[in-house]
Amino acid sequence: MKNKTTSVLRLLAAVASLAILGAVTSTLHAEDAAPAAPAPTPVAFADAPLKAQTAYLQAALTNGDPTPTNIAPVAIAGHTAWMMVSAALVLMMTLPGLALFYGGLVRSKNVLSMLAMCLGIAGLVTIIWWAVGYSLVFGTNFASPFIGGSEYFFLKGIDSAPNTSYAYWIPQNVFCIFQLTFAIITPALIFGATAERLKFTALMAFVGLWMFVVYFPLAHMVWGATGFMNGVWNADAKIPAIDFAGGTVVHMSSGWSALILCILLGKRVGHGKEPMPPHSLVLTMIGTGLLWVGWYGFNAGSALAADSVAANAFLTTTITTAIAAFVWPLLEFILKGKPSVLGMCSGAVAGLVVVTPACGFVNTTGAVIIGVVAGVVPYFAVTVVKHLFKYDDALDTFGIHGVGGTVGALLTGVLVNPAVNGNLVSEAYAAKNGLKAAIESHSLIVAQAKAAGITIALAVVGTLVITFIVKLLIGLRPSVEAEHQGLDITDHGEEGYTH
Amino acid sequence: MKKIEAIIKPFKLEEVKDALSELGIEGMTVTEVKGFGRQKGHTEIYRGSEYTVDFLPKIKLEIVVADGAVDGAVGAITKTAKTGKIGDGKVFVLPVENAIRIRTDETGDKAV
Repeated sequence: MKNKTTSVLRLLAAVASLAILGAVTSTLHAEDAAPAAPAPTPVAFADAPLKAQTAYLQAALTNGDPTPTNIAPVAIAGHTAWMMVSAALVLMMTLPGLALFYGGLVRSKNVLSMLAMCLGIAGLVTIIWWAVGYSLVFGTNFASPFIGGSEYFFLKGIDSAPNTSYAYWIPQNVFCIFQLTFAIITPALIFGATAERLKFTALMAFVGLWMFVVYFPLAHMVWGATGFMNGVWNADAKIPAIDFAGGTVVHMSSGWSALILCILLGKRVGHGKEPMPPHSLVLTMIGTGLLWVGWYGFNAGSALAADSVAANAFLTTTITTAIAAFVWPLLEFILKGKPSVLGMCSGAVAGLVVVTPACGFVNTTGAVIIGVVAGVVPYFAVTVVKHLFKYDDALDTFGIHGVGGTVGALLTGVLVNPAVNGNLVSEAYAAKNGLKAAIESHSLIVAQAKAAGITIALAVVGTLVITFIVKLLIGLRPSVEAEHQGLDITDHGEEGYTH
Repeated sequence: MKKIEAIIKPFKLEEVKDALSELGIEGMTVTEVKGFGRQKGHTEIYRGSEYTVDFLPKIKLEIVVADGAVDGAVGAITKTAKTGKIGDGKVFVLPVENAIRIRTDETGDKAV
């Protein structure tokens, strides 16, 4: 029976590979259509009047809007260099940052299952992103607030020219890979909650469906040019919410999905009866450091330029993270007597999570407040709430990303400060969709709460449906014997450590 | 010939080894072991999950000596491994039928 299922899965994988190959071949032979973006017949830089040239250069240096100069924007060295570095930094958060962070927290018999999860998702999501994912998030030709378009399927027309709907001064191919690295880490976060007891095949199938049901619609709603709750960049946004680097899209979506999936999956065999301590907090510490450093690409990079907003996000991220990494172990010291390394690592990640939606919108005072809250609230989520409700969120994905992400989304609405980011009160967007008014009347938290509610609803319902489908088709858990032996041997046929 | 098996605290190994070497004991076998006696374990806390660790790390030291050297060796071990606190360990003395040095085929006391 088991062999039969495996054969079917192998066959499906082979068919899928062939289908992709076919799609590639067909795009290779497709005629080159004209670029989708409307061309306002801009003049060449050299032909423009001196005043326009000066204004254009000023805009290029400060990540401003060059539209009034009627000179087409091109990729600028400084912004492009920073965004390529940022994309690499965010990929480093997953490979090997998250892989080692999670890998150290499981028992040694499951360490490879965490590494395989991160690597496997990097491969699968990249394929989906290239085929349809980027287009479904950042396309616009469906004219929908909930999903993107089809114009960029198979990355058609994506080249080194900027897509001015998103960033004036960086190439669209760099924007595309930067966003890809977010799409890779987000589903990978989920499987901390389900660690040590979810079959690899079920995991990959879950990711394949989850990207379409949860991530692509949510990322479009929050960051797409026609997005439903893109308060900063969509003049027609129905909910003028703000999310600088992915509090809703990345952390709430993965965290709340993780909670549902880990409850449906059930507890690990022996949970609560036998000890399941982390097998290497040294690996977890290395992972934490890589996550923290990589997060500068994630947060400061989300300015999509090397500008003043990026600089502010860099500073706020540092302050919040350091404070949270101090407050969490301080609580342990006060309540339990010993400040632990895992507590310091957990506090750092919680700080990074909570500041993610806020980093480009708050000043340093806001960052300090966020840091204290990030050290306290997720601490009680993982040490008290989890044990109260007795769900097996193995590596605390919900406690840190779900709870932290939600707290961050709401705090951003309270601590938002337009002095650090003029886009918050722009005439072109924020004045039209109500964001500016909400900030000036100190009521942005209402929009933030609505955005958080939509995110939770989508993640919860989406995960319920997907889990049901995957359970029906493949099954979720390994046999009890396999779980005892460890997923490294039963799913991957190798061991992390040979003695 | 007697075999002496001593379970001692890991940080006492160097002192015990030096004391035995001074007596002219030329070889020993050491193993990292875990166990418990009257000494209680400790509690580890990982994000609020508390685990009681009963088995504590100890060193098991094994030597085989001629009958005449037993008292001196046991005395050296108990003297150097003692801290006076619970958990110092135990020494066991067992009879040994024979010993053979593989390289030379020597047997008995000459082989230890």
